[in-house]
Amino acid sequence: MSKTLTIEGRDRRRALALAAPALLWTLVFFALPFGVMAVLSLWQRTDQGLEAAWTLANYAKFASSPAYLQAALNSLEITVVVTVLSVALAYPLAWIIAVELPAKYRRLALALAVVPFWTSYVVRSYAWSLVLAKRGVLNGWLGDLGLPLMDLANSRAATVIGFTHFFTMLLTLTIYASLVQLPPNLRRAAADLGAGPVQIFRFIVWPLALPGVMVGAFLTFALCIGDYVTPQILGGGNDLALPQLVMLQIGRRADLPMAAALSIVLMAAVTLAYIAMARWMKEPSK
Amino acid sequence: MKTTTRLLAVLAGTTLLTQAAAAQELNALVWCDHTDDALIKPFEDKFGVKVNLKEYEGTGAALSLIEQSQPGDWDVLVVDGIDVPRVVSAGILGPLPVGDLPYDSLFPEMVMEENHVIDGQTYAISEKFGYNTVSFNSAAVSAEDLSDMTALWSDNAPGSMAVYDYYVPVMGMVAMGLGIPTADITLDDLPAIEAALMKLKDNASSVGEVVSSQTAIATGEVDILFGGGEWVTAGLTGDLPDLDWLIPEQGAVRWSQSIGVFADSKQPDLAVEFVKHVLSPQGQAALATSSCYWAMPANRMAGAMMTDEQKAALRWDQQVDYLNKADLYPTPDADLDAAMQDVWTRFLAH
Repeated sequence: MSKTLTIEGRDRRRALALAAPALLWTLVFFALPFGVMAVLSLWQRTDQGLEAAWTLANYAKFASSPAYLQAALNSLEITVVVTVLSVALAYPLAWIIAVELPAKYRRLALALAVVPFWTSYVVRSYAWSLVLAKRGVLNGWLGDLGLPLMDLANSRAATVIGFTHFFTMLLTLTIYASLVQLPPNLRRAAADLGAGPVQIFRFIVWPLALPGVMVGAFLTFALCIGDYVTPQILGGGNDLALPQLVMLQIGRRADLPMAAALSIVLMAAVTLAYIAMARWMKEPSK
Repeated sequence: MKTTTRLLAVLAGTTLLTQAAAAQELNALVWCDHTDDALIKPFEDKFGVKVNLKEYEGTGAALSLIEQSQPGDWDVLVVDGIDVPRVVSAGILGPLPVGDLPYDSLFPEMVMEENHVIDGQTYAISEKFGYNTVSFNSAAVSAEDLSDMTALWSDNAPGSMAVYDYYVPVMGMVAMGLGIPTADITLDDLPAIEAALMKLKDNASSVGEVVSSQTAIATGEVDILFGGGEWVTAGLTGDLPDLDWLIPEQGAVRWSQSIGVFADSKQPDLAVEFVKHVLSPQGQAALATSSCYWAMPANRMAGAMMTDEQKAALRWDQQVDYLNKADLYPTPDADLDAAMQDVWTRFLAH
């Protein structure tokens, strides 16, 4: 008995030692900066600089300003639409790569899936702005085909397209990682027992691949809601998002306390999304 | 003992080398136009130093960078002319040796003593200036259609339009369009300015920062850029001769950038030499035609170093008239600045 305890204690110490670098990293580069930001959000910017006012005034301003609330709503709407669209597009693509494609072509398909990550994020956004411009590539094609031209540039649609292009590929990788681990025998066994394709997907494939979907969807949510570049370049300043509002506080006035308060609001949205996802995953029916 | 001595010798040697290397570097916090080799390399070659340049946009961003730095990290600062008193009151800039700098050669309007001289000490000197006004594609819109600025927020805007995303100059321009000099803007004026801004937004297809604004007008996405000027179009006229700019009858906003030396610079003499280099006719010509953006040099003597085409693109011969028609950037106090930013937030959310 005591020998077992000793081994358990040694394992625990070894696990702690192995986790220590990651824990230290998280403490130094996440927990501490987050704490500083939380404290800063209770300060005020004055003529003389930053003042430790210990007030909720920055949060009150956010809650009482229609423009600020609109920016938060815009961010949430864009993020939800992008996440749903990306999952809808990524799932079939991941399925084709993991299940339908012969194994010898999978590596090539995965390499193609990560091609968008090779390009700088800013460059990719500017490339999209040229594609979607009034006299851009898309309208050039539509014009050649005699179809009506589209006015997509500088709009929420452009922002959603830019985001979806990137996140579909990210989600494809996470969903693929789940699908490729499913033993084909499970589907065959279900089919032998009389299940149709829809039932196999609903009761076998979907629940087992769900962790990959949820992890990818959460990553998409977190990265999308905090992104400044894409709404700034593709949105054309027509759809103010929360990260743009954060930058606006810093640009000229260096109002770091207000920027910190808005960043905490962003963090709160991401945390709520995580809690919702974690609870949903824990439900037995999932 | 021998090993310890060797280690100490290596350490001492390394320290000396590091100090020597540090002494050969100058650290400057600048706008993007200073990153052009044509401006920096002659200075590096002459003094045998390496100039480390850190670009920033917006005085707030610069202040944040400085607050996060150690004293002595920076040597030279380029800053918005109107913000010099702000950075001086924060103790960031040190006095300049006035006698060593070409004050007599500056355009008189660029001396700006009210901004640069505080308690009898000169802390910065103008190096470049230009206008936030109206850029346009002359193939699509005529200069005549844009002579009245208020047409841009009327029900019959003369063409597709983008707005430069910086509230201080753009709200200053709108104020001038409404007959309010930029120096006289008060909180009471903001409702009228906001109403005009909202109409402007209705007529505009986009609101963007420098690169987005340039891209919008250069690609034909829009015909007019409100808040643009020579800094958007002058460098592009070689490839896109239809791009032009003008100052409407109500006037425009004049921007200027200043250069100074950090109070806690570890090499103030070298930093002053850099300021002198930037203010020299050669330095000024390179700065005026920097690959990042073009604008007028503060030193009139730079004209001798520039081509006729370059001067024509910058409207060199019309500067007397332009300087008369342009108001300086608004210089809001903290309350007015915060209120202006709130108006701009509503404008962006509109």
